[in-house]
Formats: sequence, C-alpha cells, structure tokens
Amino acid sequence: MSATKYDRAANIARAEAALHDVAKIKRAEIVFWLAALASVFFLQDQYLLLNEVAITGLFALSLDLILGYGGIVSLGHAAFFGVGCYAAGLLTKYGVQDPIIGLFIVAAITAALGFATSFLVLRGTDLTRIMVTLAVGVLLGELANRLPRLTGGADGMQGIDPGLLLGRFEFDIFGQVAYIYSLIVLFVLFVIARRFVFSPFGWSIRAVKENQLRTSAIGIPVTGRLVVVYTVAAAYAGVAGALLTQTTSFASLDVLAFHRSADLLLILIIGGTGYLYGGIIGALLFKIVQDAIATFTPEYWEFWIGLILVAFVLIGRERIIGAPMWIWRRLRGAA
Amino acid sequence: MLTNLFDGVAYGMLLFLIACGLSVTLGLMNLINLAHGAFAMAGGYITVVLVNRMGVPFFAALPLAFFGSALIGLLLERTLYIHIYRKPHLDQVMFSIGLVFMAMSGTGWLLGTGQVFVDLPKFLSYRFDIFGLLSVGAYRLLIIAVCGVLALTLQLAIAKTRFGAQLRAAVDDPTVARGLGINVDLVFAVTFSVGSGLAGLGGALGAELLGLDPSFPVKFMVYFLIVVAVGGSAGMVGPLVAALLLGVADVSGKYYLPEVGAFIIYLVMIVVLLWRPQGLFSRAGGR
Amino acid sequence: MTVALRTHNLIRRFGGLVATNDVSITLEQGARHALIGPNGAGKTTLINLLTGVIPPTSGRIELEGEDITNASRAHRVERGLVRTFQINQLFPNFTPLQSVCLAASRRLGLDRNLWRGIGSDKRVLDSAIDVLERFDLIDVMTSKVSALPYGKQRLLEIAVAIACGPRVLLLDEPAAGVPEGERGEIMAGLAQLPADVTVLLIEHDMDLVFRFASRISVLVQGGLLLEGSVDEVANDPRVKEVYLGEEAHG
Repeated sequence: MSATKYDRAANIARAEAALHDVAKIKRAEIVFWLAALASVFFLQDQYLLLNEVAITGLFALSLDLILGYGGIVSLGHAAFFGVGCYAAGLLTKYGVQDPIIGLFIVAAITAALGFATSFLVLRGTDLTRIMVTLAVGVLLGELANRLPRLTGGADGMQGIDPGLLLGRFEFDIFGQVAYIYSLIVLFVLFVIARRFVFSPFGWSIRAVKENQLRTSAIGIPVTGRLVVVYTVAAAYAGVAGALLTQTTSFASLDVLAFHRSADLLLILIIGGTGYLYGGIIGALLFKIVQDAIATFTPEYWEFWIGLILVAFVLIGRERIIGAPMWIWRRLRGAA
Repeated sequence: MLTNLFDGVAYGMLLFLIACGLSVTLGLMNLINLAHGAFAMAGGYITVVLVNRMGVPFFAALPLAFFGSALIGLLLERTLYIHIYRKPHLDQVMFSIGLVFMAMSGTGWLLGTGQVFVDLPKFLSYRFDIFGLLSVGAYRLLIIAVCGVLALTLQLAIAKTRFGAQLRAAVDDPTVARGLGINVDLVFAVTFSVGSGLAGLGGALGAELLGLDPSFPVKFMVYFLIVVAVGGSAGMVGPLVAALLLGVADVSGKYYLPEVGAFIIYLVMIVVLLWRPQGLFSRAGGR
Repeated sequence: MTVALRTHNLIRRFGGLVATNDVSITLEQGARHALIGPNGAGKTTLINLLTGVIPPTSGRIELEGEDITNASRAHRVERGLVRTFQINQLFPNFTPLQSVCLAASRRLGLDRNLWRGIGSDKRVLDSAIDVLERFDLIDVMTSKVSALPYGKQRLLEIAVAIACGPRVLLLDEPAAGVPEGERGEIMAGLAQLPADVTVLLIEHDMDLVFRFASRISVLVQGGLLLEGSVDEVANDPRVKEVYLGEEAHG
C-alpha cells in the first residue's frame, strides 16, 4: 500500500517511546517509596499507625484493581479482608506458625473465594452487584458471629501468637517488625500490581471499563477478564487481612462490618482511582483525618465521614483535591 | 406453622411498605439510593418521640410519621438528590452511604444509640386463637391490614391515575415525557417524597417488630435491596411478592432452623439471581 | 472464487415480528459489498446475527467454510469476522496507539500476558503503526481518544477493527454523523482497506455506497429485495420506489 509518506522506523520508535512512557517509573514514585522507607527510620513512634496505613493501603489497592481498573462497584470488599483476617488467625492457632507461609495460604483461600463469588457478582447490573457484594459481606459477618468456637464471636479471636518472621524476627510491641513486614509485603504486591496493570492483560481490563461492547467486539471475553481481576483483588484483600491479624495478634467481627467496605470506598475516592497509589495515599489521609476528628468528637466521627462522602460527590473530587494540587503546581512552577 | 406464616406475611408486608418507594426510585428511576432505610428510621423515631415523649396517640402519630418522612424526603430530593440523578452509580453509592452515616450518627447523638420502643396501645398486644390453628397478634394484623390496603392503593394509583401515567412516562423516557409537557422534575420529586413517606410509615408501624436503633438503615439495607432486585421493577406486584417471600423465608427460617435461619434469605436471593439475574418480575424484554 | 461469508436462509423473529426474513447472502473474498435499505429494514439485526450478539431463529452462517452459527463472539473475531459500530464504540481514555495495540495484541494472542509491557512486542508495534499510518492517525496517535475530532474518531473506529486482522469486515455506517467536510477523509480511509479483506458496508449515504461498493444488496422489511451490480441497483425501479417512498414520508 501507499504508506510511503511515512517513516515507518521513526513512527515505531515514537510509538514504543510513548507506550513505554506511560508505564515508566516516574520520579514522584521513587520519591514516594523513598519517603516510605524513610518513615521506617524517622517515625519510630508512629509504627502502629503506619502499620495500619500500610495494611489499609494494600486493602484499598485491591479495591482499586476491581473498581479503578475493572469498573466494578463493590460494597462488600471487606468480606475478603475479613476472611483473610480469620483465616490467618486460625492458621496461626492451629499449626502454621510461619507468617509468610500463612500469607500464601490465605491468598489461595481468598482467591478461591473471590473466584467462586465472582460469577455471582459479575452477573447482571450495578444494582445486583452492589446487593450481592453487600450480601456476601453480611453473610460472612453473620457466619463469623455464629461460629464463636472458631472465631471467638463477638469477643474476637484471642490467643493468636504468630511465629518468628523468617524464623528470626519477633513481632515487638512497638510495631517495628510489624510495620517493616507490612511495608515490604505492600511494596512487593504493589510492584506486581503495577506490572499487571501495564501488561496487555491489564490494558484489556481497562478496556472493559472503558467500553464493554467494543472490548467484546475485538474478541476479548469481558466476563473472563473480570473474573481474573476480581480473583486477584480478593487475594490481595485477603493478604491485607492476614497482615492485620498477624501484626496485631487479634481478629474481631469489626473487620467484616459494613463500614469497613464503605470506609474503603471513601479512602479510594479520596486518593483517586486507577493509578494504584490512590489507595495508599487515601489510607494515609483517612487515618490522619480520622485521628483528627477523633480528638474533638470521638463518638460521632462517622457523621463527619458521611459529610466528607457527600461533599466529595456534590462538590466533586477534582475541585476538592484540585485546590491543594493547584497550589502545589504553582509552587513547583515558581521554583 | 400457620402462625409462622402469618408472622412472616406481616414481616414481608412491612418490608414491602418500606421498600416500595425504593423499587420506584431505584428500579425505575435508576437511582441507587442506599439511604432509603434512613427515611424508615426517621418515621420510626418520629413516632417514638411523638408517642413516648409527647403523649400523642399511636394512630395519630402514624400519619405524622408519614408526612414527616415525606417532608424530609422532599427537602433532600430538592436540595441534594436532584444533583445526583445523572451521576455514575459509584457517586450515588458514595453519596447515599454518606447520608446513611450522617443519619446514623445524627440520630445517635440526638436520641441515643440504644434500641428504642414505641409505647403501643394496649389492645395491640392482644393475641387471639383461631381454632387453635393460628395465633393472630393484633399488632401484626394491623400491619397486614394497613400495608395490604396501601399496596392495593399504590398499584391502582400507578395503573389508573393521571399521575401514575405521568410517572410511567417520565421513567420510560424523560426526554419524551418532557416533550409531552409532563413536569418530570415534579413527578420525580413527588414520587421520591411519597416513597420516603411510605418508608417512614413502615418504620413507624414496624418499629416494634423490626427493632429500632440508629443502625437501622444499615441493618436492613440488604433486605430492601433484595426486595427491589428480586422483585424487579415492573410495578408493585413483583416487590410485594418478593417482600412476602423474604418475610416468610426469614421468619420461618429463623424459627425452624435457628442455626442457619439467618442465612436463608441470602440463599434464596442467590438462587433467584442465578435463575433470573433480572429479578423475578422483570419488565418484558428484560433489560 | 472463494467464499468468505455466506448466510443460508437466515431468519430472526422477535415475538410476532420478523426482523430478518430468509436472508441468503454470499460474499466472495475481497468483495466490496454494500447492504442498503430504508430505516427499519433490519440492517442492524442482520449485523447482530452475523456477529453473534443475538442468535438466529433459524438458518446458518458460514465464515470461510466454517459453520459459525452458534460460535461465541470471541471465536468469530478470532476467525476474522470483525465489525465497526454506527455509534462510536471507542476507549475514550486510551490513545489511538493504545487502542490499536490492544487489538493487535489480541490478534497475536498476547492479550493474556500479565507481565510484559504492551509495547514490548515488535509485531504488535509494527501492525499497530501500519494501521495508524493507513488511516492517517499517526499524528494524533498519542492524543486522548475523547479529544480527537469526530472524523478522526470515525477513522479510529475502523482502524481498531482492522488491527484485529479481519478476513471479513462489517462496516456499520462508517460515515454516520460525519460532517460534509470530513467525508473525504472517511472515503480515503475506506480506500486504504487491505484488498484481500472482504467488506460488507452498511450505509445510508448512497453517494458513498456507489463509490465504494461493487455489489449491492437491498434489504426491505427484513428480506432481500434484490442483489446486483451498482448499475443494476441504481436503475432498478423497485429500489427507487423504496427510497423515494421513504423520502416522501419524511
């Protein structure tokens, strides 16, 4: 054909560079992880809080995979987190002391659960999805409540004593080992997720969110793709839950509560969806806000969370987040 | 056996009364409003305050609960909900969860977090036996009677009245309806408000049966969604049948199989959705 | 001549309504075949039948000799039956480059790869660039799709389909909604379609049909009215009646 007016080699080089650019590790990302590393050395008195942030960040990252990339609204993501929590607790209590082996087993269990429920969740409309995810969450919460011999019921699961990490490090009361452990797991899973979303498979999942009709018209099976991402996300959430149990030696019904799923949505919306860092940044901001609210009105902080949710929707995330970002850009531009 | 059936019917009727507004806003107007239960809670608390603290007779409090919730619904619809009809479902979910959280905390702050009870008139606690087969509680009988009459009225109102026709047209295609001179905004506002009012009335009637505390909207969120999703959105019959099914399954499940009773409704839901993802009574063509 | 796509007595009923009535069409390989007909003639239903969105009530569809009547949508695409849409169905937040790369990855069976970057395969890049050059999208290949002018989006609609490596391409009104000034661009794009790809063009714009197609089938009320060369169809009184009748009704 008459494509001679183009310089093929130059165009390919340009395309390669453009595609590479999107997936390239940005400077801000390096700064982000260096800051995370620095927190290990300079924020010793905040380990417990930071550990929670890392775990919640991982949990939110898993929701980002299905919501930000797959476009599925889930109101029951806490189900996987909660199952991860209890599974890790039970494993520790009944034989598998090694935390890392525990993580792998929990990931397998929650992935299986995610796979099994995905067929239910991915059928039908947003309404049925929301209802089914919500119902699965409630169902598991009820189950945990009804099986006190296994879960400790309303008192929570006690007497969880995780073994030494890598056979050497004991979880200390200051949370140092805990935080470093959680941070490393978060980092590793983050790197995997990052690789995943920029792979052809990852692009096909974004395509599903962008336009299902076209995605199936170019021969990509939509449901199959969503099943995979839902399963992966379930495993991620399960690992996050397992980390919580292992690092706090405790699991309670609260992990399966509705507000966990709702808070998680808020976290992700604060941080932003579809670029993987949103969950972690959102988790950090959420904890700071939660702490701040709790200092002046400990009992009714949910009211303020609700207000933030409503404000985010009505005013718009761009405008709320945009204000400080705009100032930041101005400052950077001036410098 | 029959008694359980009777209790289940009463329970289902209540669920229907609360959820029927949702089946219109969610099923037909496509607004995912998870805060619907908050209007039921509002009705319940209005009744508690009126009856227990101000000595208003129970039967006088019921219409007030309806109008109070309807008014709250109307205000919120005009000021807030109107902005989210066209937003993505995720935004609607976030927004309505936000409202739920605010309603729960606000109620807890104003009226305490414990469960509250309505001082029902004495005669409502009366039970009478029918041939030793069926023990009928006056309270539940009242619920069934009120809800039954309202269900019938609603079905007729939507099928036969001018407003019903306007609603059906507005839901079917808002643009065309506007072209026909129908005030779609007004129709939606009235519908939303009436739906909230009915939820409030349900909350007031059912405060005793369902249990009323600030976590009410979350506790029953799944129930209402099931009624709508399983019932489909082709009028009032579907949600009514779904609600009755849910009520009977829940009550008898908890009675006969106390160990697993709480799970029965979810199993029913899962089976129904596997069988018919669009609900039992979806509109013809089912999309 | 080899037959690329053939339908045998295809029938589709919706309740009492017959949307597709006993349609038998044969497209030879490399054909430039147009399907025309007034609104409501059943053109979209026919496309949906061919691509497997809905199953036929009866009849058979053959793609290069293989019976695909009951094949899945994905399988049809894999075998080379690809369509475009009358209303743009694009990935608004992708770039044209990313869009065609995804389609090309799918064609080359790389779309299940979880690990490598999407641009890391030379074959994907090469065929993506080939398609983008063909449809004059090279200059905008790194812009966001939603920011492209409408005419370019229409071209991308076809480009994405071509990147799937079709044997048979169903073009559903490629010029729909394109303003007069940008029609030339669409025509140029259609002229760039690979010669060995069989094309079934569904179009309202008679001018475009007569310039592009060598054979034309006329669909009326779900059934084939006639099939013939451009001249035969242009001069057939029945066709004039159908179209003039439609125009008279507005």
